[in-house]
Amino acid sequence: MDNDLEILKQETLSALDKAQDLREWDAVRVAALGKSAPLTQKLKELGKLAPDERKERGAILNNLRQELTAAIETKKLILEEVALQKKLSAEAVDISLPVSIQNGLIHPLSRTIEEITAIFGAMGFTVAEGPNIDSDWYNFSALNISEYHPARADHDTFYLPSDPLNHQQRLLRTQTSTVQIRTLLKEEPPIRIIAPGRTYRADHDATHSPMFHQCEGMVVDKGITLGHLKGCLVDFLRAFFGIPHLPIRFRSSYFPFTEPSIEIDIGWNRKTGELGGKSDWLEILGSGMMHARVLANCGVDPKEWQAFAFGVGLERLTMLKYGIADLRAFFESDVRWLRHYGFSPLKPASMHEGL
Amino acid sequence: MKFSLSWLKDHLETEASLETICETLNKIGLEVESVEDPGKLLAPFRTARIISAIKHPNADKLRLCQVYAGKGFENVQVVCGAPNAREGLIGVFAPIGSYIPGSDITLKAGKIRGEESNGMMCSIRELKLGDEHDGIIELPNDTPIGMPYAEYINLQDPIIEIAITPNRGDALSIRNIARDLAAAGIGQLKLWKTAKVAGQFASTIQINNQYPGSCQWILGRTIRNVKNGPSPEWLQNKLRAVGLRPISVLVDITNYFTYDLGRPLHVFDVKKLTGSVLTICPGRGETFKALDGKDYKVTSQDCVFVDQSGVQSIGGIMGGENSSVDENTTEIFLECALFDSNHIALSGRQHGLISDARQRFERGIDQAFLPDAIESATQMILDLCGGEASEVVSAGSEPQWQRDATLHYKRLESFGGKSVPKDQVKTILSSLGFVIKNETPESLTVAVPSWRNDIAMPLYMAQFSGLKEDIAEKVKKSVPEIEAEADLIEEVLRIIGLDHVPEVSLPPLKAVPEAALDTQQKRQLLARRVLASRNMLETVGFSFVDHEIAARMGEVPETLRLLNPISSDMDQLRPTPLVSLLQAALKNISRGWNDVALFEVGPAFNNNKENLIAAGIRYGDMPRQLDGKAHQVTLWDVKADVLNLLNSVDVPVASLQLTSDTPIHYHPGRSGRLSLGPKNILAYFGELHPSLVKQFGFDQAPMIFEVFLDNLIEPKKGQKKKHLVLSPFQPVKRDFAFVVKSNIAVETLLKAAQQAERQLLTNVELFDIYEGDKVPEGCKSVAIQITLQPQERSLKDEEIEAISQKIIQEVCQKTGGKLR
Repeated sequence: MDNDLEILKQETLSALDKAQDLREWDAVRVAALGKSAPLTQKLKELGKLAPDERKERGAILNNLRQELTAAIETKKLILEEVALQKKLSAEAVDISLPVSIQNGLIHPLSRTIEEITAIFGAMGFTVAEGPNIDSDWYNFSALNISEYHPARADHDTFYLPSDPLNHQQRLLRTQTSTVQIRTLLKEEPPIRIIAPGRTYRADHDATHSPMFHQCEGMVVDKGITLGHLKGCLVDFLRAFFGIPHLPIRFRSSYFPFTEPSIEIDIGWNRKTGELGGKSDWLEILGSGMMHARVLANCGVDPKEWQAFAFGVGLERLTMLKYGIADLRAFFESDVRWLRHYGFSPLKPASMHEGL
Repeated sequence: MKFSLSWLKDHLETEASLETICETLNKIGLEVESVEDPGKLLAPFRTARIISAIKHPNADKLRLCQVYAGKGFENVQVVCGAPNAREGLIGVFAPIGSYIPGSDITLKAGKIRGEESNGMMCSIRELKLGDEHDGIIELPNDTPIGMPYAEYINLQDPIIEIAITPNRGDALSIRNIARDLAAAGIGQLKLWKTAKVAGQFASTIQINNQYPGSCQWILGRTIRNVKNGPSPEWLQNKLRAVGLRPISVLVDITNYFTYDLGRPLHVFDVKKLTGSVLTICPGRGETFKALDGKDYKVTSQDCVFVDQSGVQSIGGIMGGENSSVDENTTEIFLECALFDSNHIALSGRQHGLISDARQRFERGIDQAFLPDAIESATQMILDLCGGEASEVVSAGSEPQWQRDATLHYKRLESFGGKSVPKDQVKTILSSLGFVIKNETPESLTVAVPSWRNDIAMPLYMAQFSGLKEDIAEKVKKSVPEIEAEADLIEEVLRIIGLDHVPEVSLPPLKAVPEAALDTQQKRQLLARRVLASRNMLETVGFSFVDHEIAARMGEVPETLRLLNPISSDMDQLRPTPLVSLLQAALKNISRGWNDVALFEVGPAFNNNKENLIAAGIRYGDMPRQLDGKAHQVTLWDVKADVLNLLNSVDVPVASLQLTSDTPIHYHPGRSGRLSLGPKNILAYFGELHPSLVKQFGFDQAPMIFEVFLDNLIEPKKGQKKKHLVLSPFQPVKRDFAFVVKSNIAVETLLKAAQQAERQLLTNVELFDIYEGDKVPEGCKSVAIQITLQPQERSLKDEEIEAISQKIIQEVCQKTGGKLR
């Protein structure tokens, strides 16, 4: 190779090496390969040479051009990478800056009601409702609680002035069982309903709140037996608590509106509050085969239809499932409590997603 | 109901463990509430003799005793301050390390005034067995030394307390508890019998029953020459064990019968009665001092026993102080009566008087067990107090309690869910006291025992007044048979144990269940989710609030005020959940939370109608943004809450009417009402009225809203969505600014623009409002952007210009403004 070509090469490579950015790089590129670059000029002048010489010189010049082009392109990639890195680091932000998270939440009681509805919904129940203010007849008489019955005194009922129109004694319902009555009067069997709602009793201490929530349930059909009652409630409790083998105990008891009457306990550990063990029993549900008188009070023939009913305290279910200690806090609307125990509105309770 | 294991064993022959007995009680419906072993607490205490007692060298009132308390405690020095501590006394010793229940301390070795003391001689109070604290316990000379004291006083007996359901009055008798247990296979019920005590003379007291409606049957007799004093130890211990205070042998015997056989009795001191007749009649307003030392004014709801001087007892509830027996009593009248349970319930309830007698009569006692009871009680009195008994006098007669119940064996399975062998059914019912009267291959008819007032009882019905007469009659006729059978099924199943009934899952009604919720119910859930997803916290407030506070926010009629509130701040059913929310917000603010966003979906009570309302309050700042700016909540935030909620529950928000007719608790100039048509109000929103801001004590105005979920209309069902044509053409946007009078509602302007062009105009958006020196006084500039969406071809400039003119013209006409 000619000495001047070697110089040209070395000068170009050296300039290329010194190029700091794409602008400098471009100057080198134009100087080495541009229209007025010496190498370009030399190539243009090839035509003036004799064919033999032209061939030999052409190969040399073209090789040099290829060599320089490759070096220049490589340098371009390097400089582009440098430029990108520089841009990236210039653009970096403090990602630790806080953003606001949507933190509106659903009350745990609403969550429990949704879960119960999802489970019983899967068993073919629909949700029924009734008023908070009801008459003595719906709350007591129709449910086979006569005027003299000790259960009336036990209930610590809140009373309201009598209805000015029909003079009926008005009260705040002490139990959601009123909805059994309203449903029986309104619908033809077969019936499967649950009725979650507010209930009221004049009692206020660490374990009693003057307002609390119950969920009533009722199944009326031909051939419904106590075995169905047991199956249905076992299915419910195990699904609700998510414990497939939750120990469940059935005890004979008494409610005026059922016969036989049954109290249901679940196994737990009194000390740790952990569910599922068998060391202690915790009463959780009242239930029974519906009393013939209650059905007949509502015009349903107890010879034709058999039914079971149950009632469960929703605060207690919620406290047990989610480890909430204090009943009174449910109604105190303390922002700290609501934030701690609340549920995301975007995760509704559903059977297909799992509870 | 409390009873001791040993008392139970008076009636039950059993080897079963305490644990098995308790498990069985739970199973058969006699729920165990507690089991206590009082002997456990007294375990360290032992009988001991004081060998010597000399004066403490350094204290006048203390004695230095050497105590012998059996093996291991041969010569223990104890410093004792009791006045009766003396040589030779046998008492109760507590060694070092004992827990003293009466003084709640654990004994440590120590020096008292320089002398070692290695234990304690105890008083009754220190053992928590009574109030006596005058000196240390003194036991008889023949007391064995070194014996556990609990064993000595027979206190190692476990005490079981069970809950009695209202139907099981019969289980307020230890004998009947034993019967239930025997039926459940826990041992054998012992035989109980009594012999007639022949009357030696005619009763000096006669009974005149003028109130047979309340006292159906009564037997009585005089017993004279009795000696009343403390009961024998065994009786005292029995009663003490179940929490009764021994009084005197006569009183203790009546208490014994109450617990043992569920048979309350009463004894009058004949010498304290005036005249020879006890008249049973309704009360007539007399004042009467009962045995609890309190005065009661008796009414016609009470069934009282009266002599010539006045009321001597409230029958079935409590005797009187005046004619009560004491240590000087020599002649008594023993009363054994049957009272109507409803009368007793009312009578007891009106005085708030709770007694063991009331508890039993109220639930119903054994209706046949009077003659045997009075004989048995007489015998016990004669045995323990001496004397002789008169003939028995009586009034009224045994009620017709006899009734049968029939059980069809197959119903055990078709109703009770468990088939039970016939023989087992018969055994269970027989051992519970049912007498088999008739048998067929399919069924069993039994006579109900006289003490079971919960089985096959007379019909009490309260049928709905609106039932068709023929249906009401027909279904009523079905009840007695079904009910009696259910009673027997319950008996059989509770004794077998409900755990043995196989569980059967409910058969599905359909392969795919229907929705559990109706539209209205689903909307409640949606409302919650929408508000919570807008950063609000859901609360659940009490339905009742303070009526004075509630009055600030709506009507508080007397008809919605509780007759018996538990406190005055919870006496009025709230006119809106906002009452609860405002108070909740204040409480949180006072705890240091400056920014509060709460909502509740709950009932409101107005004019005897309950409405479901989604209400909310926002106070303070909205969540702070990254640029550090936090804007104070404005009414636009709650307007957005309301509109988002309504939009999510299928309300066509574009067709809502907005007016400023809001209730008194809203700021009249900063609140709005949204309705569908002029009448159907769906929501209010806005700023809390300034005077309420002050009354409640907020530092700044909270923003509030109420959405009336009951007023939402049903969405059209099964409606498919309108066919959508997506235009390939570029939309065209144009901006306009109008100068209008300040009092013109922006909505008027936006709607005018919207209505100007129906075909191509797809959106009208507000982007600026300006008031200031660049527009005339009393005017504002409202800037909007419109979007035109060409459908079939691109729009030409002239077309766009024509539409723009139409919009300008329409807006100017409707608002009286002009293009800026």
